[in-house]
Amino acid sequence: MSAAAIPSITMAVPQANTWRGLPGLALAIAGVFVLSFALPQSGYTLNIFMQAATYAVAVAGLVVVLGYCGQISLAQAAFFGMGAYGVGIGTVDFGLPFFVALAAGVGVATVFGILLGFASLRLGGHYLAMVTISFQQILTLVLNNWTGLTHGPDGIPSIARPAVPGLRLQDGDHFLALCLVVLVCVTWFIWRLKTSRLGRAMQAVRDNEIAASTCGINVFSTKVVAFGISALLGGLGGGLFAGGFAYISPDQFTFAESIVLLTMALLGGVKSPFGALLGTGLLIILPEWLRFLKQVYLAVYGLAVILIMVFLPDGLWGLLGDRRRAGPILSGAVPPLPLLSQVGAGVGGEALRIEGLAKHFGGLRALDGIDMVVRVGTVHALIGPNGSGKSTFINVTTGLYRPTAGRITLAGRDVTATPAHLRTRAGLARTFQNIRVFRGLTVLENVMIGAERPGNDIAENPAAVVTRALAALDFVGLRADAGRIVGALSYGHQRYVEIARALAGNPTVVLLDEPAAGLNPTEKRELGVLLRRLKGHGLTILIVDHDMALVEQVADHITVLNFGRRIADGPPRDVLSHPDVIAAYLGVPAPNPEATDADYAVT
Amino acid sequence: MDLVPQLLFTGLGIGAIYALVALGFVLLIRAASVVNFAQGEFSMLGAYLMVILASELGVPYLVALPVSVLIMALFGVLFAGVTYWPLRHRGQLPVIISTIGASIFLSNFVLVAYGPSPQVLPNLFDSPGIEWGGVFMDSQYLAIMVAAVIMVSLQYLIFEKTLLGKKLQATSQDKEMASLLGIPVAIMILITFAYSAALGGLAGILVAPVLFVSVGMGAIISLKAFAANIIGGFGSIPGSILGGLALGVVETFGAAYISVPYKDALAFGLLLLFLLIRPQGLFGERIAEKA
Repeated sequence: MSAAAIPSITMAVPQANTWRGLPGLALAIAGVFVLSFALPQSGYTLNIFMQAATYAVAVAGLVVVLGYCGQISLAQAAFFGMGAYGVGIGTVDFGLPFFVALAAGVGVATVFGILLGFASLRLGGHYLAMVTISFQQILTLVLNNWTGLTHGPDGIPSIARPAVPGLRLQDGDHFLALCLVVLVCVTWFIWRLKTSRLGRAMQAVRDNEIAASTCGINVFSTKVVAFGISALLGGLGGGLFAGGFAYISPDQFTFAESIVLLTMALLGGVKSPFGALLGTGLLIILPEWLRFLKQVYLAVYGLAVILIMVFLPDGLWGLLGDRRRAGPILSGAVPPLPLLSQVGAGVGGEALRIEGLAKHFGGLRALDGIDMVVRVGTVHALIGPNGSGKSTFINVTTGLYRPTAGRITLAGRDVTATPAHLRTRAGLARTFQNIRVFRGLTVLENVMIGAERPGNDIAENPAAVVTRALAALDFVGLRADAGRIVGALSYGHQRYVEIARALAGNPTVVLLDEPAAGLNPTEKRELGVLLRRLKGHGLTILIVDHDMALVEQVADHITVLNFGRRIADGPPRDVLSHPDVIAAYLGVPAPNPEATDADYAVT
Repeated sequence: MDLVPQLLFTGLGIGAIYALVALGFVLLIRAASVVNFAQGEFSMLGAYLMVILASELGVPYLVALPVSVLIMALFGVLFAGVTYWPLRHRGQLPVIISTIGASIFLSNFVLVAYGPSPQVLPNLFDSPGIEWGGVFMDSQYLAIMVAAVIMVSLQYLIFEKTLLGKKLQATSQDKEMASLLGIPVAIMILITFAYSAALGGLAGILVAPVLFVSVGMGAIISLKAFAANIIGGFGSIPGSILGGLALGVVETFGAAYISVPYKDALAFGLLLLFLLIRPQGLFGERIAEKA
């Protein structure tokens, strides 16, 4: 392994390059300055550009909340309006300087965005759509009826542009240049956000909330931040809009405008800031070219939304090809996974202790007082027939369900009441029976999310996150697929991505929930080899499976559940010859014809 | 006249409309997991069909009504084919967005065809209404209430007492199992769309003489139906009926005692309150995603 190879690998990974795109940003700003001499000073063309630039800032907000985080917001025009009214009321009624009023408007929009984000705590999809529509409608009513504050339906005329000595921002072309600089910066920010840790967290939440929380991501706060950023950009766009047009009225910020903004984002491609620019530009300019459509333009918008959803799920920008398909070639050695590093410390100590764990669903006792201890450096198997409580056990242990009673101790810490993402922080990792990967992200990004687990030693160092993720991919043999979108991999390989994601987080204990489920015989054999390698490295594993052959190969210790109770616990040889276990799996040659399954559960 | 019983009567009348639309809405959620934001546009289209048939072509009212409802049922199938069918495997969000697109398209299509000025449909009965116990009962409100009771009872009978109803219920509970049992799931879903659109259309026709027939009526009715659903409990049939009635009453009292311009804000405020404090509504839905 050459030490010099490592920086060159990480530099090739956009996610780890802090300075990426800064030259492009500088170039774009310089371009705006040059362009500003050619911009029209007034009139129709200026208005078109002004509208496109300010709308595009608001549409960029939709990229964050809908494109990255997967949360629908139908109130972007409301935030746009808050920014605009902030500037209008602030400068006209209170005589504040433009930028102070702008900051106030943006601040109000952001606060309301965060509040809407709070509503997303328990509410997905349709609820959120409804909450945002209601919010939008209430704002429209307030703008029209709270005449004392908003001037009512007449709107606010003669809004002044900022006075900055030397910049002549009162002139239309100079103010437009300001808007374009803001737009360029916003676009750069959104583009960089996508490959940042926060952006990855948002995309993980979009693709799979449960998996995101078991990777240590705080799903709720991630959504709130996405809503906040989105509203902030909406307000910023609106504030600039007010300055650009000098007149605002409630009908510019209605639900219909929210739909227009949404259509712009969807048409261009809601997962990319450049798609948003493209969509905004097209939808501002096209209606001007197609003037004959003016009358029916909203009908056309509506139809366009349906057609885009059906035929262009990733928008026009998505049509330009999957820009990630090739990616940089990430050859070169990286330091191996530090799996051995945690051994030695406390082999034989308690990694995970479960005491009297119970989970009742109404009258059903899915778990009824389970005790077990997983020791550091061992592979512990949990087996049991269908319906014995295995899945419930895993979900309670990882924090997806709250236990009815009992105690869970992870490396000496009581985590019984700790939410899932904080248990991950404490060192618990898991895979899922029905694979949960982040389908829209690359293999590397999936595993990086694992490596970024809060509490991991290298989580704060972007370059080390990349090398750690690559090391985990080396371990499972998927290095060559690092740049591919996970959704395109075979089922078996997606399982490996999940395992690599868990390993990259350097966990204290890994829970494997039926890792052999859905694999074909070849894949199962390969999985067995992988698990034996992990065992050889001394990783602490709790594996839940039906597959006896697999369990016998790897387990040091077996716990057997049936009907929510522990019926056996000990070394494999003893457990597998235990009469209760044989009875649970094979049934008994009925000495008593009235005996039922339930009799065997009562031990 | 006594104000409180009078308001109660009016509120229940409007609430019955919300309940009818909410009923169609809830059936789509149960059968196809589709949250249809164009539900109110079904009502708008139904009302405009009635304007065309009864007012412009002079078809007798009692013929025009079933014909309009039938056309709406066919339209429901078309609607499913365009907004739901191509997207059915892509999760909830794309379908939500496409129904929002459909709602914008339909209302603006009608706007282009008919212009913004509201159309008028005459009352179902010539008699303006009856007075009983100090309350003036408008004949149209009475018609709405009677129709709502009939539709709800009919739906109960169909769903609980017929084989078709059982198949529809099976489809809504577990599509995979239903199709393994030989139930043509696709046809069941299309029937649900047809029925839902017909129900929405009927509600639109009944409410038209009260609200005027306008392009904007769809959006308002959609939102009210959605609110009724959330208040009653998402996906619950009795919940959506009670939620609709409750919303109608609250709104009517709010307009009388608080403020007319903020009448709609009251409904939305109530909706937000429920979403934040009791998102499962009065009758609760199973939420939690299975790990």
